[in-house]
Amino acid sequence: MILIENLHKKFGKNKVLQGVELNFEAGGIYAILGPNGSGKSTLIKCILGMVLPDQGSLSVSGHSIRGKWVYREQINYLPQIADFPGNLKVKELLSMIKDLRGQPSEESELVKLFELQSYLDKKLSTLSGGTKQKVNLVLTFMFDSSLLILDEPTTGLDPSSLISLKRLIRTEKEMGKTILLSSHIMQFVEEIADEIVYLLEGKIYFKGSINSLKELTGENDVEHAIAAIATTKVYV
Amino acid sequence: MFKILKYSVYDLMRSRWSYVYLLFYLMLGFVLLFLNNDLSKAVITLMNIIVVLVPLIGTIFGIMYYYNSKEFTDLLLAQPIRRSSIFLGLYLGVAGSLSLSLIIGLGLPFLIYGLFKSGVIWDFSLLLLIGTSLSFIFTALSFNIAISQDNKIKGFGYTVLLWLFMAVIYDGLFLLSLIVFEEYPLDRFSIIATMLNPIDLSRILILLKLDIAALLGYTGAVFQKFFGTQSGLIIALCVLMLWTVFPVWRLLHRAERKDF
Repeated sequence: MILIENLHKKFGKNKVLQGVELNFEAGGIYAILGPNGSGKSTLIKCILGMVLPDQGSLSVSGHSIRGKWVYREQINYLPQIADFPGNLKVKELLSMIKDLRGQPSEESELVKLFELQSYLDKKLSTLSGGTKQKVNLVLTFMFDSSLLILDEPTTGLDPSSLISLKRLIRTEKEMGKTILLSSHIMQFVEEIADEIVYLLEGKIYFKGSINSLKELTGENDVEHAIAAIATTKVYV
Repeated sequence: MFKILKYSVYDLMRSRWSYVYLLFYLMLGFVLLFLNNDLSKAVITLMNIIVVLVPLIGTIFGIMYYYNSKEFTDLLLAQPIRRSSIFLGLYLGVAGSLSLSLIIGLGLPFLIYGLFKSGVIWDFSLLLLIGTSLSFIFTALSFNIAISQDNKIKGFGYTVLLWLFMAVIYDGLFLLSLIVFEEYPLDRFSIIATMLNPIDLSRILILLKLDIAALLGYTGAVFQKFFGTQSGLIIALCVLMLWTVFPVWRLLHRAERKDF
């Protein structure tokens, strides 16, 4: 589904990605982990074409994405920070994105699921962080695309919405979709991810299933196992 | 692109600023006509205001809108939309609604005062055409600064400097060089120097059209000879067009290569 070869990116002198090689097969939940500033968001934005790599190639569904934009029709992206034009109402934002994408969408179920009915006529600038994140989730899941990219989807969510989110992600996976997510909540990752990728200082330190990570490090707890790969270099 | 344009115009219509701008021009038009009580005199006064004020509002409004719609652009960049469509749509939205406010705000009072029955209809149309060009030019220039400068305060500073340079400092330097090099033939130099500043070019164009170029003395005669002809006018309008096309091209070029 996504093939990344020798990806380099630097911002000024700061080398954010240094020769990333990754292959995400279609169908599955992949979690990208790493401390703050390790390059997770940059990697995600490279796949979306928002950040342009200095070197290396990136292809989605077998086609190089350089200078392309049509491939984004098959991607739903949840940005890390839910920043929306503040003077729009929730309802207007939803219909605007629907109009811009021109694809069939299923938002009414999602609005009910996240209990947003009473917020539809409110302006986005008046919403709390958690509510904005729910709107963000509705925008992401309302289109039927084969690839979902979620940058820290759990931020600011209450427990019941978190349960709904997990259920949503699993349903999407059962439909054969590819889901790429980044998170700092290890419990969430352990529950949901099929495979994890560990990124540190712009390099891949580990890629594989959670069980193989535990075996490799000899730790039973994911948090400790993650901490262990950060100190002992294990390249894939 | 048209969808983006639609949403940016829609967004601007809801913001108070477009109405403030429109009201300002309405008031300006009525007050000038009331004070002068003569269409052709009002046109001359208006020219002096337009060549300075329209660029100022274009740059300030342009840069504010660009920085304010950061969330909107970020949202759009992840959607299946061409980057150039996003920025062209935003740009045309701002420049278009500024021009519309100008045309409606000044057009209405003049219409009510009997513009169509007077002889200044062409002068007035040229004034509006130039006002529109200046809106498009200076919005494009401010978008150029905004896309290259993520620091809002610096971006704002640069646009104000740009306006100050084009509207005030450039003229000073121009006059100074005319005095310093007065012993040399300066007609070609002054024509080229005028072309390099859209504000100057607009001012000269209107002065010539209003037949008051004699006020400019020798240089006026040079301009009259050059711009006064049909081809001179066309060249001048083409240069104004270039002043729009080149910054827009650079904006789109820059947008394609920027990391968001």
